[in-house]
Amino acid sequence: MNAATATASLEPDSRWIPSKGVVGMTCLIIAESAIFTIFVVAYLYYLGKDLSGPAPRQVLELPILNTICLLSSSVTITFAVRSLRVGDTKRFSAWWLATIALGAYFLLGTGREWARLIYDKGLTIQTNLFGTTFYSLVGLHASHVIVGLLALLVVLAFALAGSVKQEHAERAHVLALYWHFVDMVWIVVFTVVYIVGR
Amino acid sequence: MNGTARTGDLGGTIPLASLSATEKTIFDQIHSWVVTVDHKKLGLMYIMYGLLFLVVGLEATLIRIQLAAPNLHVISPQAFNQLFTMHGTTMVFLVGMPIIFGFANYLVPLMIGARDLAFPRLNAFGFWLSAFGGLLLYFSFIGGEGLAGAGSAPDVGWFAYAPLTARAFSKGHSTDYWILGIMIGGFGSIATAVNIITTILCMRCRGMTLTKMPLLAWMNLIMCGMVLFAVSPLTAAQIMLLLDRFAGSHFFDTQAGGSAVLWMHFFWIFGHPEVYILIIPSFAFASEIIPVFSRKAIFGYPVMVGATLAIAFVSLSVWAHHMFTVGMTSVGNTFFVVSTMMVGIPTGIKIFNWLGTMWGGKLRFDTPMLFSIAFIFQFLIAGLTGIMLACAPWDWQLNDSYFLIAHFHYTLVGALVFMIFAAIYYWFPKATGHLLSERLGKWHFWLFLIGFHITFDTMHFSGLLGMPRRIYTYEAGRGWGLLNLICTVGVLFQVAAVFIFIMNVLRSLRKGKTAGNDPWDAWTLEWATSSPPPEYNFAEVPTVKSRRPLWDIKHPTDPDWKYE
Amino acid sequence: MQSQPSSRRCQRAEQLKASACSFLIPPWMLWLAMAVVLQQGVLAAERTNPALIPSTFAPESAPAHSISHLAGLALAITGAIFLVVAGLLIFAVIRFRRRANDDGTEPAQIYGSGPVEAAWTTVPFLIVIVLSLTTARVIQEVQDAHKPDTALDVQVIGHQWWWEFRYPKLGIVTANELHVPVSQATFLELRSADVVHSFWVPRLAGKIDLVPNKVNSMWIEPERPGLFLGQCGTYCGTQHALMLLRVYADTPEDFARWVKQQAEPSESNPSVTAGKWVFEQTACINCHAVGGTVADGRFGPDLTHLMSRDTLGSGALTNSPQALRAWIKAPDQFKPGVLMPAMNLSDSDLDQLVAYLATLK
Repeated sequence: MNAATATASLEPDSRWIPSKGVVGMTCLIIAESAIFTIFVVAYLYYLGKDLSGPAPRQVLELPILNTICLLSSSVTITFAVRSLRVGDTKRFSAWWLATIALGAYFLLGTGREWARLIYDKGLTIQTNLFGTTFYSLVGLHASHVIVGLLALLVVLAFALAGSVKQEHAERAHVLALYWHFVDMVWIVVFTVVYIVGR
Repeated sequence: MNGTARTGDLGGTIPLASLSATEKTIFDQIHSWVVTVDHKKLGLMYIMYGLLFLVVGLEATLIRIQLAAPNLHVISPQAFNQLFTMHGTTMVFLVGMPIIFGFANYLVPLMIGARDLAFPRLNAFGFWLSAFGGLLLYFSFIGGEGLAGAGSAPDVGWFAYAPLTARAFSKGHSTDYWILGIMIGGFGSIATAVNIITTILCMRCRGMTLTKMPLLAWMNLIMCGMVLFAVSPLTAAQIMLLLDRFAGSHFFDTQAGGSAVLWMHFFWIFGHPEVYILIIPSFAFASEIIPVFSRKAIFGYPVMVGATLAIAFVSLSVWAHHMFTVGMTSVGNTFFVVSTMMVGIPTGIKIFNWLGTMWGGKLRFDTPMLFSIAFIFQFLIAGLTGIMLACAPWDWQLNDSYFLIAHFHYTLVGALVFMIFAAIYYWFPKATGHLLSERLGKWHFWLFLIGFHITFDTMHFSGLLGMPRRIYTYEAGRGWGLLNLICTVGVLFQVAAVFIFIMNVLRSLRKGKTAGNDPWDAWTLEWATSSPPPEYNFAEVPTVKSRRPLWDIKHPTDPDWKYE
Repeated sequence: MQSQPSSRRCQRAEQLKASACSFLIPPWMLWLAMAVVLQQGVLAAERTNPALIPSTFAPESAPAHSISHLAGLALAITGAIFLVVAGLLIFAVIRFRRRANDDGTEPAQIYGSGPVEAAWTTVPFLIVIVLSLTTARVIQEVQDAHKPDTALDVQVIGHQWWWEFRYPKLGIVTANELHVPVSQATFLELRSADVVHSFWVPRLAGKIDLVPNKVNSMWIEPERPGLFLGQCGTYCGTQHALMLLRVYADTPEDFARWVKQQAEPSESNPSVTAGKWVFEQTACINCHAVGGTVADGRFGPDLTHLMSRDTLGSGALTNSPQALRAWIKAPDQFKPGVLMPAMNLSDSDLDQLVAYLATLK
């Protein structure tokens, strides 16, 4: 053997090494945040620059209930992960299901809002700059909610089949990080579109 | 284990019957490459993919032939415009990015004492996604205008300014191939960046704190961090462009109040950090190769890390120096002048540090070192022409001229490609077990050096004489003919050099001298295992005490950890 | 290891060297002379008038001079840096190479030096400060220049792939060839009708882009009468290469004469009525305008004074009735991809049309 390994192998490893899942998901979140930032910049840049068509103030209503549901789902998913960490798989499934339900309600609400805007107010992505930036930004967020829900559903399926155990808590936590990110983005989108933009 | 005192055999030569290549059929071998999640195989595939497109990217040769004299009709304007668009797009996205990710893939786990990347399946996914994106882009040549109107190769320039890319001005689907090919490749890049960052932060061997890891690991960490920030804006802008072209949105639709300048901002917020993403790996190679062939530790390790971090941060604030001619306010222009010149400072510091490494050393001029010395010389010039371009009023003359082309080819070819060649000559023995021929290597080097300078030195002058870029011909009477002719002649030398290089690689794969574990007498962990390394990299995961673990083993009375 | 020149080729090279030296002409001078002769030869073959070469280092207008001076300073600074650093590199390569009699020991390992690092950070920082302050001043000098009351106003509108010039206060509309008075400031307002273009005449000023939905401005002040060449400086599509610019700086008398001629509407000439009829009945008037007639299309260049221009197709051809005929018959042959279609006129129609257009002086 060689000198380097012989002496050092008995010392404790004093470095703080983060978990791979958390680091990986954080990197993904950084990249996604950059994409969202660009869409937010486009939204803000084009505020008030429409040549024609409805303005935000005229057609937007605050989606309060939607927002409460989505933000609550961050709470429920945190409870779910905590349950799993202590091994309570039944509570985990319950809280996880609640998260999915709240997220699904948010999507439905967004769909209803879009239907109202398109059919009642005549605002589409083609109408004007507001339509372009609104649908693309909110739509980008909604697509991330959909992807998140699909992932959550897969986990739910495994949980109902009894395959999810306490040792999977870290992985559930990583997925929860993604879900929290989706909620954070909604806070930004809500502020920019429904508060600043009106 | 062998009994030499130089390097303990951390890699091991444990013979496993399944590793014998002669026992596998050709199908088995191809199959093992296609389904692999091994970082070494994926790294080599990335590099081979990049080198394949390097040869293809020599569509620039056709460009040079067309421009060799005034008013030539070798190539139609439509074909020419596709050629320069595809040349730029290919070189950045299908050569540069894959090769740097390939080297990162191959080397990072070996250098930090890990067995693979953090997410091996994601690694494979990223590679195949990138490969598909490139093939989709090149499919556009075949999906040509006559073929059921499917489209043709994109002809909007590699930065695809709006509204030239709008449906109205870019008919057919050529621009859509550009968008989709690169977007898909971009997802692959982000996936690989996530993977490499996680590997470096979570999988270093015992004793290797962040301050003890090789500079190559640091620079790849920083480069991948920049990928996360920089590639996403391009993805976002491309989504917007797709929506414009297919859903009728108005992001860049100037008729509806949209802004052409907004595309430029979004593109260059990607584009400028992108060129640093491309060049930082060349810094990484230089920081590993120059010390070994100078027989000295790198001069100023902490400063090198700090300077690279500074470059990464400042490079996020310089993008609009690509837009000096767009009509920003004088305050706006001045801000970007200052930030651009500032980013030159840490860049210059690195050059001084490499010089400091060579100073007082015992320089060996093997092929990797020849390419590295040329790299320093050419990167110096590239940086200085960059400072010239940073002077905004002078940029009002030089932007989009052949001077600009000369500048960025000096960085991308003179610095990056030269260091890629250096890295190949340096690590080829590790990956294959055979050394590349030094004789052919020197022919390759000198021919490429001469050709490079003939071509790209003259471009500075045609730019100063008012020749714009992206023109398929020019009239006689502007004084550009001789310069263009000389410029084209240089291409012959470069093509010959690349041909010799390919011959060298093919020949040495079979007949090259056996390399052994550590042919260069180097100091980082990849040289402690066999050449090529076994699939598991190290039989026993090493523990390190300093930045140069093999120096410590070779110099037990004078190890590095006493001085760091 | 020095080896004797053993091959015959080496011996002959030695002889040549010796004979050159024997005439007291150093070899480098021979190379230089050859390069100069070659260059002059090629320029002559190209029939290049040196005054027309659009060199950025031959400024003939105030903004171009400002830029040229800044360039000189930047070149001096970067040149000095280059000489120092490259010099050190070459010195290091020679001085620290491994000798043949090397004993195989490793040299002293030096890991860094605080004072050295500080020095080579501070010096570039100071250089950057000097250069950026100077640059800021020149930016202001050129970009924020005060517009004198006597300045001439010109509106430039970029099209794929030609230039529209309007003189709003003089009632003139023309294309591709800009006439300005010498020694007087001309302020240009730049717009685009389609994609991004760039106005670049190196001897007169730096370039600035023509961006749709945006108005940019620049100014020039030519110092001598004459022709200044330029072209579009940003890729704008298939024929970006042939979107050429000709700027004529005229003496005050010449300029006044040009203005007077351009401001007149076209005269009706009875001998070319047939051609005028062809012009008005075919699709020509959809794109082109001729002052004083029904033709007022805006997509293509204004043709009221077509024959007063030196070139056709934004520099694709030299202007003459024969060239005009060939252009109208098949524009795509001279400028492939051009947006003007071949009109497929019969030969007699074409002759009459050209006869008419030839009267538009």
